[in-house]
Amino acid sequence: MTYLAKPQLHYPALPVNRLGYTRRDYEGSVSTLCAGCGHDSISAAIVQACFELDIEPHKVAKLSGIGCSSKTPTYFLGNSHGFNSVHGRMPSVATGAALANRELIYLGVSGDGDSASIGLGQFAHCMRRAVNMVYIVENNGVYGLTKGQFSATADKGSKSKRGAVNADAPIDMVMLALQLGATFVARGFSGDKTQLVPLVKGALLHRGAAFIDVISPCVAFNNHPGSTKSYDYVREHNEAVNRLDFVSPRKEITAEYAPGTVEEVVQHDGVAIRLRKLHSDFDAHNRIAAMNYLQERAAAGEIVTGLLFEEPHPEDLHARLNTVEVPLNRLGDGELVPGPEALERVNDAYR
Amino acid sequence: MKPIEAVNDFVVKFANVNGSGSASANTLFARSVQRMGVPVSPRNIFPSNIQGLPTWYEVRVSEAGWLGRRGGVDLMVAMNPQTWDQDLQEIEPGGYLFYDSTKPLPKSKFRDDITVIGMPLTEICNETYVDARERQLFKNIIYVGALSALLDIDPNEIAQLIGEQYKGKEKLLKPNIHALQLGRAHALARIACPIGLRVRRADRVGERIFIDGNSAAALGAVWGGATVCAWYPLTPSTSLAEAFARHCRRLRVDPDTGANRYAIVQAEDELASIGIVIGAAWNGARAFTATSGPGVSLMTEFLGLAYFAEIPAVIFNVQRGGPSTGLPTRTQQADVLACAYASHGDTKHVLLFPEDPRECFDLGAAAFDLADRLPTPVFVMMDLDIGMNEVLCEPLAWDYSRRMDRGKVMTAEMLEAGREFGRYLDADGDGIPYRTYPGTHPLRGAYFTRGTTKDRYARYSEDGPVYVDNMERLLAKFATAKRLVPKPVLRRCAKPTRSGVIYYGSTAAAMAEALAALEGQGIHVDAMRVRAFPFADEVADFIAGHEAVFVVEQNRDAQLRTLLVNELAIDPAKLQPVLHYDGTPITARFIAGRIAARLALANVKPLKKVGP
Ligand SMILES: Cc1ncc(C[n+]2csc(CCOP(=O)(O)OP(=O)(O)O)c2C)c(N)n1
Ligand code: SF4
Ligand SMILES: [Mg+2]
Repeated sequence: MTYLAKPQLHYPALPVNRLGYTRRDYEGSVSTLCAGCGHDSISAAIVQACFELDIEPHKVAKLSGIGCSSKTPTYFLGNSHGFNSVHGRMPSVATGAALANRELIYLGVSGDGDSASIGLGQFAHCMRRAVNMVYIVENNGVYGLTKGQFSATADKGSKSKRGAVNADAPIDMVMLALQLGATFVARGFSGDKTQLVPLVKGALLHRGAAFIDVISPCVAFNNHPGSTKSYDYVREHNEAVNRLDFVSPRKEITAEYAPGTVEEVVQHDGVAIRLRKLHSDFDAHNRIAAMNYLQERAAAGEIVTGLLFEEPHPEDLHARLNTVEVPLNRLGDGELVPGPEALERVNDAYR
Repeated sequence: MKPIEAVNDFVVKFANVNGSGSASANTLFARSVQRMGVPVSPRNIFPSNIQGLPTWYEVRVSEAGWLGRRGGVDLMVAMNPQTWDQDLQEIEPGGYLFYDSTKPLPKSKFRDDITVIGMPLTEICNETYVDARERQLFKNIIYVGALSALLDIDPNEIAQLIGEQYKGKEKLLKPNIHALQLGRAHALARIACPIGLRVRRADRVGERIFIDGNSAAALGAVWGGATVCAWYPLTPSTSLAEAFARHCRRLRVDPDTGANRYAIVQAEDELASIGIVIGAAWNGARAFTATSGPGVSLMTEFLGLAYFAEIPAVIFNVQRGGPSTGLPTRTQQADVLACAYASHGDTKHVLLFPEDPRECFDLGAAAFDLADRLPTPVFVMMDLDIGMNEVLCEPLAWDYSRRMDRGKVMTAEMLEAGREFGRYLDADGDGIPYRTYPGTHPLRGAYFTRGTTKDRYARYSEDGPVYVDNMERLLAKFATAKRLVPKPVLRRCAKPTRSGVIYYGSTAAAMAEALAALEGQGIHVDAMRVRAFPFADEVADFIAGHEAVFVVEQNRDAQLRTLLVNELAIDPAKLQPVLHYDGTPITARFIAGRIAARLALANVKPLKKVGP
């Protein structure tokens, strides 16, 4: 059954997308996060990406764990079902949801505490299991919601607001995602929307496990000198490897990039992602090279951002399990309940 | 000592070494007796180990049809030198010992009050087979052949069973039949056959099937419409998920495309298992997990979420001995309270108590309807005894006019027609709210699911009255659940009595026999088998209608009794615990003995009034 979208056009001046929705139709309720929190910029990027990709809001399911970051699904896509689950366990809930209905887009939002500390195991298994979803970690290096303790992504030697120094080695979730077999791996910065929106769009179009680590400064607890996740620090140490552009099959393709620095990857539905390389030697289709490059730049004190790896023909969990095309949640008695002969055969086998 | 004489009523116990291939031979033995129309109830007693440690297989043969564990052993098939002394001790005076006499044993290793039957099994095997593996495997079949002669079992029934097992595998069929004949011929030639224990053809099995509860529960999930299974291996629940996979491969594949109408994930742990189940059920698929006590402990945070956010989930808990790793391969009913109140805060969950595999199938399927209807987690409380042992029970049956009850799901049409939707709104006065599946409608019916408190329209609110309103509605919903869950089964005794007994789950088999034994002694007690929590009104009525009620359980702390006292506000003095919890299945002897002793004590007092 189809329903015509009936957005209420309160703002006739606002541009509408192909579905007739304005950007506002992709917003949620008003954020209750601290003013200036990086997480709000990420919500804005998600809104923008969904609007620009003409995604039907109700065809997205938003899932999260617990934390300031995990609260954000309330602040975008108000017409989508959302699920704020338990701390660190969003990946399993998303896995189950994705199994039940393969037709929706699953957007998981988590924090560095949620995914790198308590939920590291679930994050890892979700990636290696190739759940078809977008997995965004809003990474501020601290536990925002519990008031500023170090998280597992905090860099060794970074200082907390109260002056404590982190002595433990950090977990780089991008590195982990690459190692675990994620088929779309990127890092963004909440303060760089022009890079972040295309990354989110790329992840939304990807049909496999898509992971984005977004450095997202916590203005309340991790934006001071000595922090390696502050706005200033990240701006100074950001090493962007590429920029993404999107070319819809409906739009005329304009060749505005110099050959040799642009690579076009056509997605399943004909949309092309253009990778504008900032570093001519960076190849976003080579997992091992990406891991090497990441390590190399990290040693030099740089945070690599951009699309680090993409597998153009990913395989997802449904393919691995060979499930039917019809979503499992739509199968009825006819398809699920074996008939009387089958029951008789079963009984006979146990006599 | 006069040797025991018994026809169709005795216990044979096999003492083996784990991993020696004895399991299939022992099952063959049990099935052959069953094929002669005589009910048997076999039980595996095994260690938490794959190879090398002792394992036992106890077969009760009972023409009367008693399926509980009897206790005591009439014939010991002692194939494990490690446990020899202990095994010998267990034989009833006048009983029989069958052993491998290849290596001579000193007289001191035997008992005078039993009949000793030696057969040089290793020698026979070494003469017949060259391959070490064959020597081991066929030794088992050879003793089954010998037992057929000793106990007068029709060898054709065994041959028939072997034929069914190796249908189309001639290569395996022939040597098995040969080993069977070898053992039988040897016994007939050298031992006075049959001995005092005999199997005589009867007609007491009928249409019944011989199935383990885990397989039956898995079939309940297939017929119940489950499409998503997430699990983590844990004895004794593992074979439930594996059986689901096996049956789905046959019963749930789209004939046109070869694609699966199910998804099974072996998760990284029980937290992920229940998370996947909750995610799938939230999104409208029927989902379940199979686990045991340690797994339930890990799942509790999620179970509280599912309770409070009102998401269906089905959990098959095949209970084993606790606490902690406890008795990992023995049986208990010791998770009743842990499941009834799983998770922090005020939580209560629906529990179902199947008595045997047939009910594992029935209640297993019903659990999915209940979970969707209420929507909330539902536990199917099995245990190792019925889960991992084959039990003779009624064939599986299904009412084909029945349809899955998906509960109160608001559709796009209903939303379009202007139906009011509040995810936590008590629209019909039964405490059960409507839900929508994600993706239902572009503009209506979307809501935010969370574990934090919320109002009737799923909006976050920490307001006290709003919180209380929701918590009270959850209680109203639980009261509705009381009317929807399977009713208890009442069994009145022949004469009016003021004593009653309450029991549940796998205790049923021993209970039936105990009640008959008590009646034989002129002791009359009414009995009620509780099949679900929350307790139906009939349970409270039953307790009210008797002066004293025994509560028979397989745990130390009288957990169901605690639940009865707590939930029905019963005077604890009225409920007398009868508890068996050493990890072996409860026996009729134990139950009848305890109840008879307590009533004898109580009867010293003058009778007051006679109950209904
Ligand atoms: C089982 C459990 N333990 C602890 C907490 C407390 N807690 C809530 S959020 C949080 C950390 C969140 O950190 P992060 O995921 O980085 O999110 P942020 O607030 O920084 O965005 C913790 C420890 C909890 N909710 N549940
Ligand atoms: S505490 Fe930090 S993470 Fe949380 S809302 Fe405030 S700025 Fe954002
Ligand atoms: Mg954080």
